[in-house]
Amino acid sequence: MKNARDKLSHPSLTQNKVGLVPKDYHGEMSTLCGGCGHDSISAAIASACYELSLEPHTIAKLSGIGCSSKTAAYFLKSAHALNSVHGRMPSVATGANLAARNMKYLGVSGDGDTCSIGLGQFIHGVRRGINMVYLCANNGIYGLTKGQFSATSSLGVTSKNGQTNPYVPIDPIILALEAGASFVARSFSGDKNQLVPLIKAAISHHGFAFIDIISPCVTFNNHASSDKSYGYVQDNQVYTASIQDYVESVPEIMAEQTPGRLTSVLLSNGEEIFLKAVSEDFDVYDKEKALQLMRSFSGKKEILTGLIYLEKHSHDMHQTLGTTLENLRDIDLSKLTLSELELKEINESFS
Amino acid sequence: MPKKSMLQDTDYYHQVIDCQWACPAHTPVPQYIRLIAEGKYTEAYLLNRDSNVFPGILGRVCDRPCEPACRRSRVEKEPVAICRLKRASADFKGDIAPFLPKIPKKKNDKIIALIGAGPACLTVANDLLPLGYQVEIFEREKNAGGAMRSQVPSFRLPRKVLDEEINTILDFGATVHYSAEVTSLKELLNRKKYSAVVIGTGAQIGKDLDLPGRKSAASWCHIAFNWLASVAFGHVKTVGKRVIVVGGGNTAMDCARTAKRLGATEVTIVAPERDIEMTASPWEIHDATKEGIIIKNLLLPQSFATQKNKTGLYFRELLSCYHQKRWDPQFAKAEPVFLPCDEVILAVGQRSNYGFIDEGSGVSFASNGLPVLGPHRFQSSNPKIFFAGDAALGPKNIISAVADGHEVALSIDLFLKGKSPSERPQAKLTMRSEVLGYLQLSYRSDYVEKDRQPVPEVPLDERFDCRDTEVEKGFTTKLAQEEAQRCLNCDVQTVFSHNACISCDACVDICPEACLSITPNQSHDNLQGLKAPLLSEDQILFIGEINKGRQLMIKDEDLCVHCGACAQRCPTGAWDMQLSRIDVAKAGCHE
Ligand SMILES: Cc1cc2nc3c(=O)[nH]c(=O)nc-3n(C[C@H](O)[C@H](O)[C@H](O)COP(=O)(O)OP(=O)(O)OC[C@H]3O[C@@H](n4cnc5c(N)ncnc54)[C@H](O)[C@@H]3O)c2cc1C
Ligand SMILES: Cc1ncc(C[n+]2csc(CCOP(=O)(O)OP(=O)(O)O)c2C)c(N)n1
Ligand code: SF4
Ligand code: SF4
Ligand code: SF4
Ligand SMILES: [Mg+2]
Repeated sequence: MKNARDKLSHPSLTQNKVGLVPKDYHGEMSTLCGGCGHDSISAAIASACYELSLEPHTIAKLSGIGCSSKTAAYFLKSAHALNSVHGRMPSVATGANLAARNMKYLGVSGDGDTCSIGLGQFIHGVRRGINMVYLCANNGIYGLTKGQFSATSSLGVTSKNGQTNPYVPIDPIILALEAGASFVARSFSGDKNQLVPLIKAAISHHGFAFIDIISPCVTFNNHASSDKSYGYVQDNQVYTASIQDYVESVPEIMAEQTPGRLTSVLLSNGEEIFLKAVSEDFDVYDKEKALQLMRSFSGKKEILTGLIYLEKHSHDMHQTLGTTLENLRDIDLSKLTLSELELKEINESFS
Repeated sequence: MPKKSMLQDTDYYHQVIDCQWACPAHTPVPQYIRLIAEGKYTEAYLLNRDSNVFPGILGRVCDRPCEPACRRSRVEKEPVAICRLKRASADFKGDIAPFLPKIPKKKNDKIIALIGAGPACLTVANDLLPLGYQVEIFEREKNAGGAMRSQVPSFRLPRKVLDEEINTILDFGATVHYSAEVTSLKELLNRKKYSAVVIGTGAQIGKDLDLPGRKSAASWCHIAFNWLASVAFGHVKTVGKRVIVVGGGNTAMDCARTAKRLGATEVTIVAPERDIEMTASPWEIHDATKEGIIIKNLLLPQSFATQKNKTGLYFRELLSCYHQKRWDPQFAKAEPVFLPCDEVILAVGQRSNYGFIDEGSGVSFASNGLPVLGPHRFQSSNPKIFFAGDAALGPKNIISAVADGHEVALSIDLFLKGKSPSERPQAKLTMRSEVLGYLQLSYRSDYVEKDRQPVPEVPLDERFDCRDTEVEKGFTTKLAQEEAQRCLNCDVQTVFSHNACISCDACVDICPEACLSITPNQSHDNLQGLKAPLLSEDQILFIGEINKGRQLMIKDEDLCVHCGACAQRCPTGAWDMQLSRIDVAKAGCHE
């Protein structure tokens, strides 16, 4: 379906540093249910890329399967994209990143794609330290297959059709911290003031950046007994810290509403951001504390959101492997393969 | 600052329909444009007629205040050709007779006297005759129509169109006394026959310039109003080769173009204002210059040539003529400019003649020379006497005269039924949802990227031989339907139910024009965190509390293209697209 969005834009929304306007970051018209949190995340990604003046052709969007994974089609129409197999996006990201390290990688996945079928892939992706942004649109169910419980569904919640979940949930934030992610955050699709600056910071970060985003499924998980509904999250969202750099997108009064102290944080791209912490003893660089904090919230009514952990001197898979700085895909084949003579020499060395 | 509203009520919705709000008679524009798009010309004509009475006339010569107001001119550049679409409804309509108001055989005992058969009084007749009133019109000329006939040139408005639409009203059973100038209002009142009198005598005295040499120029210098009337009524058939028209308004354009058709070869309009300051409508200026008429600005006439065999005007050059919109001519240090010519036409303004309103008729006048009206609309200090059109508020235009006519008819009907004319019935608002289901709307909501269609015209070399050759040929049905697609359906309103909103952002994200914003709850004085800055001074802004009062849903109406995407994406129906119909009060609607 064609939408007026492709033809019009507000005259005050001007070109960014690379000469693009917001609509250049749009995708196809979404086929998700109207009101799905995933659409908000797509809009937040588009805003973040527009504000950072990124050129879409330098970005690759990667995803698995699910309503959340479908969203790769609904933002950044002119970026590269691969919609892979259910739960297998981290492998594709690994391969793509090995071949072309100088691109930006945006992984969009769901709680099922990440913590159910894709759990092993996810952990190893984090462990490898792929230089990418990994967004988990967490609605606590399998949306695409009509609302079954996923591995992040809380113990004891009931599904829309009345079943009770007997299993304890997996918290992808704790997994990501344990496996070595260097940027870890949680957010809410309905809170763009928090989400857009987080995505911008994650994109600017070097290393594996993970954001778990509570993203309500309006159709199958927005009922009274859900703890991932709009109403529930709106009533129970609490904050670690708010990012104060991108002032233009954070209304003044928001900043005033959150008391606390300011910490300067240096991102890998050299950009300095300011974190305004809500509690006095919050230290974004302390992984042990971050783990304790997250555990202290498990089973609690409140949902802690914001930047949770940042590694000061992060590194990525290529640094671990010591690969060349050039994109492997750009290196001439003759350089990558041995000549017949060289091969002969090597073979002869064994004889 | 834009007007902020917490309530979407009749006035709010009316203001969203920019064209209807700007139209003095509040014609439901988008509704008739949709009818044209559907090929329903007769229905479109009748809908127009309800509001503006003369769709064929106004579709050609209306001052069209609706067009500068049109949303399309903000979203894109050119407004929808609202006026020329109105003409299409007149050109392609079928037989309207069966659908006209029924005139009751049995009359009530009230007779209304209307002085002047211009658009103002004709509208009063149009509204009162169907209600059983009897109407007697006194007209100085031999024809009805007022300045529409005597002033508006026939190459813009063919007599056939004028006759047709005026006769429709007269055939409702008005008694017309032609060649019956009213010279004493008191005498008319003394007849004790009339329950109310409407003065719709226009602004029919053209202003003169009291400059040296004016008397000796009497044979070659004319006042625009009289000259145009003489041309219209066939008394003047030729003009000199070189003609100067003094003035910068629409009348000057009409005089110049008329002179061209009477044989003038060199026609110059001379105005004291800068080109952008001229009061003439941009399209009238465009049409005149296209016909080879030269416009000279910043020249103020000083005197007429008085030497024998010399005809022409002396001017002084100006640096500017207005200071902060007030007349304050600044002269350049230069010799006077002499422009020779054979005839001069003065198009420098008009005023009303109230000479027939004798002392003791109970009508008071204000210091600006206009009658004191109110507190009841258009009712003079003598409660039986009403004013409408140019005679009421000074020279304006046809659509304003029509609008006044409606108001006066309503005032009279209320007054004669023992009610106060100031207690007017409210405009009526009717609304109906246009959302059929998921991703489906019942109107064409897609934004059509198309430039304004120009109206076909008679070529330049064919239009000057006969004064009556109408310049514009009007849209073909095909062009009309294409132009109709450009309308943004501003009467399909975004209606918000704040209790239903779950604050999911879907509407905010989808809106192509950044009209919608969800922000933390905040003071309405200096709103922060809007998706786009507020551009317009007088557009309305809707503010609704959502999310248990934690947040605000803000809608800036300025650039909304009524695409319905917000309602289509809203999971809870909190945004609904509703077709609104706003009917302003008219005579008889309160029964
Ligand atoms: C040159 C020119 C061009 C114009 N072009 C346009 C245009 O393109 N579009 C537009 O919208 N408007 C135009 N106008 C303005 C428009 O014509 C008038 O605003 C409008 O006609 C006013 O209507 P009315 O009913 O108030 O008075 P009028 O139309 O002036 O009618 C008054 C009537 O009263 C009669 N009358 C006056 N005194 C007496 C009396 N004592 N007794 C009996 N009868 C009397 C007159 O003969 C006349 O018929 C133009 C005006 C001029 C001068
Ligand atoms: C290998 C494989 N197994 C199962 C499925 C069926 N399937 C499709 S989507 C999905 C769950 C997706 O859940 P999640 O990642 O949370 O996405 P959501 O739709 O909730 O956004 C499943 C099980 C599949 N497509 N492929
Ligand atoms: S089913 Fe749920 S997750 Fe999927 S598109 Fe609809 S609302 Fe979103
Ligand atoms: S109808 Fe809704 S989505 Fe469309 S422009 Fe207006 S507010 Fe925006
Ligand atoms: S789409 Fe509907 S429910 Fe969602 S924020 Fe907009 S109005 Fe509210
Ligand atoms: Mg899911």
